[in-house]
Amino acid sequence: MIARLAIAAALVAILSAPAVADDALTVAAPWEVVGADPAVSGFAFQRMQVAETLVEADAQGHLLPGLAEAWTVSDDGLEWRFRVRSGVTFHDGSVLSAQAASRSLARAVANPGVLESARIRTVRADDGDVVVELTAPFSALPALLTHSTAVILAPASYAADGSVTTAIGTGPYRLVELAPPQSMRLEAFDGYWGPPPHIRETLYLAAGRAETRALLAESGDAALVFTLDPPGFSRLSANAAVTTLAEPIPRVVMLKVNAAHPLLMDPRMRQALSLAIDRAGIATGILRAPDTAATQLFPPALGDWHIAGMAPLRHDPGEAARLLAGLGFAPGPDGVLVRDGERLALTLRTFPDRPELPLIATAIQDQWRAIGIELVVSIGNFSEIPAGHQDGSLEVALFARHYGLTPDPIGTALTDFGTGGGDWGAMGWDRPDVVAALDAIALTTEPGARAPRIALVVEALQADLPVIPITWHRQTAAIDRRLEGVVVDPLERSYRLSQIRWRD
Amino acid sequence: MARLGAAIAGRAGQAALVAVAVGIVSFAMMEALPGDAAFRIAASRYGYDIADAAAAEAVRQELGLDQPLLVRLWAWLEALIRFDLGHSLVSGAPVIQEVAHQLGHSLRLAILAIALSLVLAVPVGVLAGLRPGGMIDRISLIASIVLRATPPFALGVVLILVLSIQLGLLPVAGHQTGLHTVLPALTLALALAAVSSRVARDAVVEVVESDFWRFSRTKGLAVAQTLVRHGLRNAAIPVVAYVGVQLAFLIEGVVIVEALFAWPGIGHALVHAIFARDVPMVQGTALTLGLLYVALNLMVDLLCRGLDPRVRS
Repeated sequence: MIARLAIAAALVAILSAPAVADDALTVAAPWEVVGADPAVSGFAFQRMQVAETLVEADAQGHLLPGLAEAWTVSDDGLEWRFRVRSGVTFHDGSVLSAQAASRSLARAVANPGVLESARIRTVRADDGDVVVELTAPFSALPALLTHSTAVILAPASYAADGSVTTAIGTGPYRLVELAPPQSMRLEAFDGYWGPPPHIRETLYLAAGRAETRALLAESGDAALVFTLDPPGFSRLSANAAVTTLAEPIPRVVMLKVNAAHPLLMDPRMRQALSLAIDRAGIATGILRAPDTAATQLFPPALGDWHIAGMAPLRHDPGEAARLLAGLGFAPGPDGVLVRDGERLALTLRTFPDRPELPLIATAIQDQWRAIGIELVVSIGNFSEIPAGHQDGSLEVALFARHYGLTPDPIGTALTDFGTGGGDWGAMGWDRPDVVAALDAIALTTEPGARAPRIALVVEALQADLPVIPITWHRQTAAIDRRLEGVVVDPLERSYRLSQIRWRD
Repeated sequence: MARLGAAIAGRAGQAALVAVAVGIVSFAMMEALPGDAAFRIAASRYGYDIADAAAAEAVRQELGLDQPLLVRLWAWLEALIRFDLGHSLVSGAPVIQEVAHQLGHSLRLAILAIALSLVLAVPVGVLAGLRPGGMIDRISLIASIVLRATPPFALGVVLILVLSIQLGLLPVAGHQTGLHTVLPALTLALALAAVSSRVARDAVVEVVESDFWRFSRTKGLAVAQTLVRHGLRNAAIPVVAYVGVQLAFLIEGVVIVEALFAWPGIGHALVHAIFARDVPMVQGTALTLGLLYVALNLMVDLLCRGLDPRVRS
């Protein structure tokens, strides 16, 4: 009898966990929340509006005051002062001070991340300002400070050894429960300095399977669902209860080409490789998103860095064959091109973490084969790409790169196309004019001074193709029609939940 | 009683051996994986877009990944003796804390799945076993084959479509409320019941053919009385032994069901830790699973001992 009672009690306990309020908003996305450290999970705290940054950005990428009311830079460009907003309290009731903000930011600077490209020397507090000193001028520092790893947490978030134990931010929602890696439960913070949120309770659920996310949207369990697979997207598009959305985001699937390799050093060779690729075919057949074929490296979501009038990348295998013939290649006995006894055979490295990459690699293999290039596809660990860059053994690599981590892509562009190229950028590509232009862009925020230099960089990338763009990524979402005020941010910084309300 | 003590002591010795062996083997397997662990850890921590050679080098320095193999293995074993499983290389949280969180969810799911599977399997198995070759036996055999042959992932999707989307009875995925446990547990329970109903059926058939059953019927007891007084206890032994094996399978082998229902279980955690080359997490979860096996074996031993007086004497 006692045993039976115990079993019954255990089952009741399993089935009766705390319930969630009826008007709670659930967001489902594939990204797991591994822990409380903003270096790892900052993206989720920022998107769910738990934590905020000194500088904010709107959906168009324009910079706005955030926890800093205003900022100035010294004449030599080496000292930035961010005036910390007054009257802001953290979720634990402590007041946001310049000391607290600078300590939080200094910790972010110490970790690997986008802030590295600014070459920050010190971060300190001075008379209500956060002062950032640089070793070299860098105009895009405010844009870097919008990144999720630069969110400001309260002093009580940190343990004595500097590790982060909990995320106490300043946002309109405060963390009620963090259950890594799957979920976060949030509640409106009554002491928020900005307009109060309409929806009181929100939940973030990391659902790794695309099928699950589509079903969550279909059942109405999750009102906002991000990243759908093609079957889920088309099924939900036919559902009257949800709106589906596909927004281009600045993530680019591309080929990195070793421009120092004897077979690949001539720009005409890289142009031939590019002309042989059927981007529309890949976008339609593999990604089922015909409009995502890349026409240049930077997609329209990057604003100034996308040049609308530039001649687009084309698919023209005939032209590719003519270029190769002009370089002295002739078909060998097995159909593979040969020059001076050397076969035009290359190895492409890619990795399966993004499931579409191996498929795109084999499509390129087939398309290059048609013009006489033999391509071996090596699907391994992603670390073989940076390792191959470092030791010079890499020939061609396929991967996806995000240029919109911050509203101004200059940091990533400098890393990828600056002196010596980058692990995920150019390799063996020597263009001092491009490096000089990038350095000059980094020095100024003056649009008139930037535009011609950005044009030089973008046109050089288009002509020389140190990386060959294939497709632009798009963000897909399903939105419950009962919601109003939903804005999808192409830079994926925030879900802007505090502006959303349920329709009556 | 002395034999009971010996059985427990034996299992305790086994547990210590399992702990050391699992730690060494999982460490060696992680080392044998291709690719640079520092890159994987950097990608898991900071994202793929940040993981370049410089970030990997920073991780390597911070975690001492360039130290010799044996030095790192010894450090883990030494900490294990102090019951310290270390910290996750990705989240930085203590492994014991993460494992406890995930094991709790796995156990919650496993217990409900076993309970549901018994509720489904025992009546069906008993009824089928009492009339071998009868209608119930044949229908339950077909149902069992169909359910066992359906991949749990597909079964889960069908259950979501019917129970959540068509009927709106249960939430699709997540782990916030008790109701969230039902669908993943039912998915697992149906697959388990497919086999355990057949085990129960065979056990009942054997009991029905036994001398004591015939004696009980001859002395005038009805089928139901015979079943309750003599049948169930005898038929329970193989079922309990089988359920013990299933419970262990459930706790570790449900990765795909956990993924479908966004359930934060230990199988899911182990897979992610392997992807991230989070060696302390791999060792910690594998160790927990190994010890759980030992504990379950002990529990099944004790239960069978309780059910069957012949073992005790």
